[in-house]
Amino acid sequence: MRASALTLLAALALAGCGSERESVDDGGGGETTAQSDLSGRVEADGSSTVGPYTTAAAERFRETNPDVRITVGVSGTGGGFERFCAGETDLSNASRAIKDEERALCERKGVEFVEFHIANDALTVVVNAENDWATCLTVDELKKVWEPGSKVDDWSQIRAGFPSERLRLFGAGTDSGTFDYFTDAINGEEGASRSDYSATEDDNVTVEGVSGNRGGMGYFGLSYFEQNREALKALEIDGGEGCVAPSVETAQSGEYTPLSRPLFIYAKTESFQRPEVEAFIGFILEHESEIAEAAQFVPLTDEQLEQARTGFEDATT
Amino acid sequence: MTLTRRSRDWRGGVFRGLLLSSLLVGFVTLAALLVDVVSTGWGYVDGTLFTSPPSIDPAIAGARPAILATIYIGILLILFTVPIGVGTAIYLEEYANKKRWYNRLLELNIQNLAAVPSIVYGILGLAFLVRGLGLGRVLLAGALILTLLVLPTVIIAAREAIRAVPDSIRQGAYALGATQWQVVSRQVLPSAVPGIATGSILALSRGLGETAPLIMIGAVTYVAFDPTILGPFTALPIQIYQWVRLPQEEFRYLAAAAIIVLLGILLSLNAVAIWLRNRYQRRW
Repeated sequence: MRASALTLLAALALAGCGSERESVDDGGGGETTAQSDLSGRVEADGSSTVGPYTTAAAERFRETNPDVRITVGVSGTGGGFERFCAGETDLSNASRAIKDEERALCERKGVEFVEFHIANDALTVVVNAENDWATCLTVDELKKVWEPGSKVDDWSQIRAGFPSERLRLFGAGTDSGTFDYFTDAINGEEGASRSDYSATEDDNVTVEGVSGNRGGMGYFGLSYFEQNREALKALEIDGGEGCVAPSVETAQSGEYTPLSRPLFIYAKTESFQRPEVEAFIGFILEHESEIAEAAQFVPLTDEQLEQARTGFEDATT
Repeated sequence: MTLTRRSRDWRGGVFRGLLLSSLLVGFVTLAALLVDVVSTGWGYVDGTLFTSPPSIDPAIAGARPAILATIYIGILLILFTVPIGVGTAIYLEEYANKKRWYNRLLELNIQNLAAVPSIVYGILGLAFLVRGLGLGRVLLAGALILTLLVLPTVIIAAREAIRAVPDSIRQGAYALGATQWQVVSRQVLPSAVPGIATGSILALSRGLGETAPLIMIGAVTYVAFDPTILGPFTALPIQIYQWVRLPQEEFRYLAAAAIIVLLGILLSLNAVAIWLRNRYQRRW
């Protein structure tokens, strides 16, 4: 029995015909950049949304600083702050601003920090690609669907004129910054949400769910929509001044309200005394738009970037 | 003649059919999973996967730190579990007086520990090893917590193996004037090696596939350098978990490729177990 299972596996391996990896276009691999002699460790943890951003930054930083060992964890925004305020990490990734109670916790433990706004994201409300009735929802309509105790379970209840189609909801798990931000922006109170929806920390589950249900609706960061354009449709959001579609431009200009959100990295002030941490943050602010693009976020506007750089200078001098 | 036999045997036929279908449930599920994973990920099992660190760009992303860490954890796991597990088993089988209540309590506890969910061991590890002992979120802490997790399984397997050694062997050795030490070290243990080896390696396979306790004790998801025993680490199951969550579809193929590598490691461990069993097996 076992032998036949092994043979089966071997046969499968031989017959395996998966998609090949694309050939690598090694941008900049040819030129050798001057390498610094910085060394040491930088520990980052926190939001799984911001994780890819810090990873992208760490990857690029490593090209010129091969001896600085940067690690990135994804404990979630809340979990990240818990470790950060315990003094365990140098950097905390966050997809929302730090809460008052987290600030108080850090204070109690004597951890001082600097906040860096490092990119923007457009929280995108998505529906099934076959959904041809809804193109734009107002914030009030979204609130009607998502507020605590909401009994809306059919599209026809959202707006008169929508066909009767069972509404299937998919959203972020309660540990994520995405959940906090969405509930705050739509329902007016952080953490207030109906609870009878499929909650997941894995946005790909939401993609699967919404693309598999004609009446599906879900929300997540713009990058997950960008990667699944064929399977999903993004709704325009009317925050009171007309319908605006989520995009890099509308998120940067601030037109896409209230669902465009800032993403943060919090840095421990004490860690700034270590040259490798200072150099890493400096590197991020220097290559901000490049990193944001690689991680599929919306880069900062010139004004925001200027502000972040000023904050950096204040913290280092 | 045949006709009457057949009509008498229909119950047997049905029973046989039921048995076959229960076999099929497991086999078809496994085969479907394997076909799916291999066909999705095979194209991504390439040099880059083994030599490169993870990356935000799926075209150059690899799992070298995760693969190395999984191998390191595997080695540490064997070093920790086999001596402790086999030692415990020998004590319980050969030395402990089963009439004593504390020995019976010990046995009961080991059986129960084998059924404790792995996440509970993760919490224990976080509180006791990482924070309590101040070990930090390092590879050694991961290996230690997996040791605790698989230890009960190893003990139970080793006890079964020791119990399977016929008593006549022990009695024969005693009759020739051997001491208990000589009986255990020269007769019982060598005879039990195949069973102990198989049990240990199957337990090791289970440990290497665990994700939850490692996440709990803070294995990170992005490590670009080779792991060290006292340094931060990631492991293959965590790398797979992380890749599946990323937005780009290519990462799903990479995850499948990493699953193939993990399966490869586990299957070769199982192969070693089978080889050991066949090489040392004795029949009485």
